[in-house]
Amino acid sequence: MYDVIVVGGGHAGCEASYACSKIGKKTLLVTSNIKNIADMPCNPSIGGTAKGIVVREIDALGGIMGKIADKSHFQIKMLNSKKGPAVRSLRAQIDKKIYPKLMLKELQKQANLQIIEAMVEDLIIENGAIKGIIMEDNTKIYAKAVILTTGTYLRSQILIGSKKTPGGPHGEKESKNLSNKLKQYGFEIQRLKTGTPPRIDVSTVNLKDLTIEEGDKEYYTFSFDNSPFYNINEQEKCYLVYTNANTHKIIRENLSKSSMYGGYVEGVGPRYCPSIEDKIVRFSDKERHQLFLEPESKENNEWYLQGFSTSMPYNIQEKMVHSLKGFENAKIIKYAYAIEYDALNPLQLKPSLETKIISNLFTAGQINGTSGYEEAACQGLIAGINACLKLDSKEPLVLKRNEAYIGVLIDDLVTKGTQEPYRLLTSRAEYRLILRNDNADRRLRKYGYQVGLISDSQYKKIVIKEKNIKAAINKLSTSNLKLTKEVIEVFKENNIEIPTFSISMSQLLKRPKIHMDFIKKLIDLDFSDEILDQVSIEIKYEGYIAKTYKEVEKLLNLESKKIPDDIDYDKILNLASEAKQKLKIIKPATIAQATRISGVNPADISVLSIYLKKEYGKNE
Amino acid sequence: MNDNICAISTPLGVGAISIIRVSGPQSINIVNSIFEGKDLTKVKSHTINYGFISENGKNVDEVLVSVMKAPRTYTKEDIVEINCHGGLSTTNKVLELLLTNGCRLAQGGEFTKRAFLNGRIDLVQAEAVGDLINSTTEEARRLSLSQIEGELSKKIKTLRKKIVELLANIAVNIDYPEYEDAEDVTTNVFKNKLEPIIDEIKSILLTAKDGKIIKDGINVALIGRPNVGKSSILNKLLDEDKAIVSNIEGTTRDTVEGTISLKGIKFNFIDTAGIRKTNNEIEQIGVNKSKKAIQNADIVILVLDYNEKISDDEIKLIESLEKISHFIFINKNDQPKKIDLNNLTDQELVYGNTVEIDGIKMLKDKLIEKFNINKISARDFTYVSNARQISLLKNSLGILNELRTQVLNNVPVDILEIDLKKVFDLLGEITGETYKDELLDELFSNFCLGK
Repeated sequence: MYDVIVVGGGHAGCEASYACSKIGKKTLLVTSNIKNIADMPCNPSIGGTAKGIVVREIDALGGIMGKIADKSHFQIKMLNSKKGPAVRSLRAQIDKKIYPKLMLKELQKQANLQIIEAMVEDLIIENGAIKGIIMEDNTKIYAKAVILTTGTYLRSQILIGSKKTPGGPHGEKESKNLSNKLKQYGFEIQRLKTGTPPRIDVSTVNLKDLTIEEGDKEYYTFSFDNSPFYNINEQEKCYLVYTNANTHKIIRENLSKSSMYGGYVEGVGPRYCPSIEDKIVRFSDKERHQLFLEPESKENNEWYLQGFSTSMPYNIQEKMVHSLKGFENAKIIKYAYAIEYDALNPLQLKPSLETKIISNLFTAGQINGTSGYEEAACQGLIAGINACLKLDSKEPLVLKRNEAYIGVLIDDLVTKGTQEPYRLLTSRAEYRLILRNDNADRRLRKYGYQVGLISDSQYKKIVIKEKNIKAAINKLSTSNLKLTKEVIEVFKENNIEIPTFSISMSQLLKRPKIHMDFIKKLIDLDFSDEILDQVSIEIKYEGYIAKTYKEVEKLLNLESKKIPDDIDYDKILNLASEAKQKLKIIKPATIAQATRISGVNPADISVLSIYLKKEYGKNE
Repeated sequence: MNDNICAISTPLGVGAISIIRVSGPQSINIVNSIFEGKDLTKVKSHTINYGFISENGKNVDEVLVSVMKAPRTYTKEDIVEINCHGGLSTTNKVLELLLTNGCRLAQGGEFTKRAFLNGRIDLVQAEAVGDLINSTTEEARRLSLSQIEGELSKKIKTLRKKIVELLANIAVNIDYPEYEDAEDVTTNVFKNKLEPIIDEIKSILLTAKDGKIIKDGINVALIGRPNVGKSSILNKLLDEDKAIVSNIEGTTRDTVEGTISLKGIKFNFIDTAGIRKTNNEIEQIGVNKSKKAIQNADIVILVLDYNEKISDDEIKLIESLEKISHFIFINKNDQPKKIDLNNLTDQELVYGNTVEIDGIKMLKDKLIEKFNINKISARDFTYVSNARQISLLKNSLGILNELRTQVLNNVPVDILEIDLKKVFDLLGEITGETYKDELLDELFSNFCLGK
């Protein structure tokens, strides 16, 4: 008898089983193939806009993705480094061979965690509660909670041209029955689609014809506890490639041969990650499209051609690749394919990621309709944490939209659902100015500590950090600029206008052209760069940050208006029928969540508020 | 909202017919229970039925009853309208009967609120309906109708579209920093895109002033010493414009003595300290008393007597008007001239009397001329006629102006975008496309009783 069983060893499953075992629960991870644990079947990178911040948040909460990524990448970049601090985000090119190995090693080190290879065919359910799983050979394993992190493997089919082959990525076996069983238990299943581009033998590409994309010349880590393991000067290069008129012609002429345009696909693909044929059709006036050629591992020659995902048959893919400049003789190692799979409608989930239908059953990752390693991992972590909290009869950890991108993601999923594979975007976060790459630890370490994933010493670090930030801000706002001869000299040297009246250092820092480096020349600041970085952002953007907090206050006010579990929406006569339907399915926990449901308009919120006031009185 | 509401939906005391509107799931049953005639529960929707409202077998009023079944009604609920013919007291009696038979009195704007809550109309339309109720003049009615057709909505929606396009562009820059597909919105590009948005809001706001004139009317202070003829002038103005006078106690603001309509624009005459007092108590000219009225006025008419010399107090009054929009009406020009015009060389003078038929025509013409009314009427009707809308536009403009400054300070575009989003939301509030808790309450408390 286990406390928790995690089904699936992808990025969600890894975080979930790591978290549960670390918290101290007897955990079992069931995977179809141990060699494929933490596999990266698509792009060879972790992070990216918004996603990079998620990896930082996972780390802040005590998850593992960032720590492994730090040890397995061969190039890292801070995206948007020229833009404001709120939109900066890390992205690392990961060695696809190293990452899974390190992850497996880490999991195998975990006390309380057992890993087995098996296919799960059914669930054991008694009185609406999960009791365990049933394997292919009919063995039953019992547990108090189960987390499904099955990725794209539910009834998955690989699509290449007109060919449809049952199976998962890498020729793995798909799960034939589990999604049918879930359907029988009352879950609504949706069919989604995604795709991956061809892998090219880099030794057959003329790299001289391509534009080099290098890593940053600055050290970064995802984890707040890691020091860099790499040398900035030894990073691998990526390359920029363009499609051309010939490529487009080949695609147009063969459009009907692709699975997508040939009508072989049922699933809905993501708009933000279209196949190359989609791009050609939808943006027909564009003369070229950007592609990136990225290494997958130092152990082989397989390179990933980002932006070129397609479901064309093999011979057309050859032609398409050969049309690219520098790829005239390129050899395709793995062909591109599209994949269709079953996912649950995430509206059937509570914000804790527990299913509404079966208690103690949690789901995380692509099974919930998301896409992306990071999106999967953070859900796995939250599902793992909440499974443990549930077993301990504690309140779940539900991160709010103003606390983390993870909160935005899960709230979006369980409130709005999704019609396409869901990807996090910066613009989905309305409070992004306070959800930064640089402050994830300040936002979330406390929660990691509370649930037992962050150690005393890690927590002490953040407490001291906060103290230092306060002290530094205090010092800057209480120290006035003294225009001594030397100081005036510094201003002149840096070609900066000398203030005409007495101002504090923090007021000076607020000025457009002034940066912390300049302030450091004027005043002794005995603080680390990490601290001064925080201080600089807080002072420079004080007005904007304050404004965001004001908005947050409004949100929290609406979040505090709880909707009772036992509310009977049928009794609210004037609710529009669409709104009533949605509210009955989603069962929002608060008025704030209700306002975010599509199809619930302001009038319905007004009606609902009036009803709550009438029936439950206390609702302010 | 499953109860039944009723209210008199026509202005009290104006016109021969009063309409009482009832809305709610039992509205047809309730009216049927006090109605003598066809069984209203069995008549077709959208029919007018003749009969009597009766109490204990005694007829109260002869009425026409319109029955309109949900959802094709103003509130999307069952609606019954009773056209009463018996004047104010019988209309009140019918209302009372409804109230004792299961209806409650509608709050101000509640019909419109229900129409809005039931998804019948959007917020701008709801506000315009409120203005329609309040407006007593034709011009304002035209303004209200034009807004219902959504001209303002259209302008705001176009503006929001522009903004959302810019927002989307910035979002692409942020989320896909390496892609060349989208224009890079640099601070410069941002600034250039900001300008037309600012201009558009300014131009909408410019029309707001005219909108206010049309909706609320122009406040006029009629001042002068006792016995100069102020009451006679007012009475004559009001007599000639009886249909619009709302001098029933409590129906107008206390400070307004009477309202007239000239070319469709309302003129509200402000009470200038006992202007209608009948006793001839001698008192000092109310310089101080007049001051307050002058403060609240859009224009001041000082009345002098053609048949009297100008007193020192009157000269003081004239001096006090130096910086205030005003003109002088020299009354009683049917009598011999005693006034010395040398004191009035710089003043706009209008002559007249309250005895002859056309005695105050010049006064009216002057008012029309002063406010360029002929010009206003010819304008298109994208007027902003509501204080809330104006304040939202002004807030938007404030943020946009601040954004312009911040652009120059090199604040990153991705941060500026947050404020631009705010403008987008504010404009959305005008058309009702974003949700704010306090919005509905503020909006609907602005409505007068009934629709």
